[in-house]
Amino acid sequence: MDLQKHIEIISDLAEQVGKPVKFMEVCGTHTMSAFRSGLRSLLPESISLLSGPGCPVCVTPNEYLDKAIAISRLPGSVIATFRDMIRVPSSESSLEIERAKGADIKVVYSPLDALAYANSNPEKKIVFLGVVFETTAPTVAWTIREAAKKNISNYSVLCTHKTMPWAMDGLLMGGDVQIDGFLCPGHVSVIIGSNAYKFLTDKFGIPCVISGFEAFDMIASIEMLLKQLVSNCAVVENQYSRSVTPEGNLSALSLLDEVFEPCDIAWRGLGIIPKSGLRIREKFFKYDADMIFSDIDLPKSIQEKGCICGDVLRGTRTPLDCLLFSKKCTPDSPLGACMVSSEGTCSAYYKYRGDSVEF
Amino acid sequence: MCLAIPARIIELKDDFATVDIEGVQRSCNVCLINEPALGEYVLIHAGFAIQKWSEEDVEEYRTIINEMYEQEE
Ligand code: SF4
Repeated sequence: MDLQKHIEIISDLAEQVGKPVKFMEVCGTHTMSAFRSGLRSLLPESISLLSGPGCPVCVTPNEYLDKAIAISRLPGSVIATFRDMIRVPSSESSLEIERAKGADIKVVYSPLDALAYANSNPEKKIVFLGVVFETTAPTVAWTIREAAKKNISNYSVLCTHKTMPWAMDGLLMGGDVQIDGFLCPGHVSVIIGSNAYKFLTDKFGIPCVISGFEAFDMIASIEMLLKQLVSNCAVVENQYSRSVTPEGNLSALSLLDEVFEPCDIAWRGLGIIPKSGLRIREKFFKYDADMIFSDIDLPKSIQEKGCICGDVLRGTRTPLDCLLFSKKCTPDSPLGACMVSSEGTCSAYYKYRGDSVEF
Repeated sequence: MCLAIPARIIELKDDFATVDIEGVQRSCNVCLINEPALGEYVLIHAGFAIQKWSEEDVEEYRTIINEMYEQEE
């Protein structure tokens, strides 16, 4: 694949479209890949890439973190989480600050590590932070089912799993941002399959292309989106066919269905989106930290004044519109989730701000 | 957080496999894929194999990666 040739094709297609277009990627890994490869600056001026709500840490609201922190303060409790969650500021603290004060916070690579730790430390209560999309949710479901099978009763999950197609639906229903096409998340789609986006193309007439993660994949996907706009059609296309099938991973989907059920859930910046969350089914309530710690006292949830993470996640504003960006808010002292997570939009803008990157 | 990487299965035992990721060996759970077999390529995410890759998929991936390096040089 000759990169220059493809950029020329894209420029030609953009001219045929004849108006500025905005494509949204809804995956933090796409956001990072687009910045790292300089892809944004290669595209013609009339094409903008918006980063949507594709970073699970960024879309997790403060109320959830407040609860995780309250649990971490209970004697004998251990919070197990992916690294990106540690530094996210909550209403009045962060897991990192709590750890410095003595809370037991473990960074894990997989929920399997959290379950294994629970199994070998029966005197402790291990709470895994289930803050993920469909790619990771089946792995968490597996640990819950395994805990039930082996009766590992000191393991639970504080669950705020989210599902991507319904967030995309919520964004479009909100109607406050122009989106001319979606680059759909590759690894979420490995699980849910390309058919899962069909209702969006039918309902909104918006082109969707499932994209791989290398810069070449994304260029090919942008080309596919433009071709759809030129021919005035809106369908789901699959550029990432080396991993994604129309029906998805059926074993993972059936496991998700066994352990979780759909629910309305709150997203930072997007509010409560119907059907866009997964909660633990009643059969597994013994492993649901929300049930186990249902009477815990929580602080009043407060958002950092001036932080516009919510607008950034909706694609209505960019980090450059935030007065705190790179002044008071930096990766070393982040004020909002989008600056903490390695996949956060503010963090990506900060990291690549010195480069000749088109925002 | 949804990053997944290709790896080759070099050992299988019950629900788990040892996989080779560019020379580094790791254990992963294979319950989410059908009939895992020795020598097969799988996509690994958070300690689980979430999809199989055919030889052609691996080839396509290698081509993309190699061409990217060539463009950068
Ligand atoms: S720069 Fe910081 S304060 Fe501003 S929106 Fe991003 S995370 Fe929030």
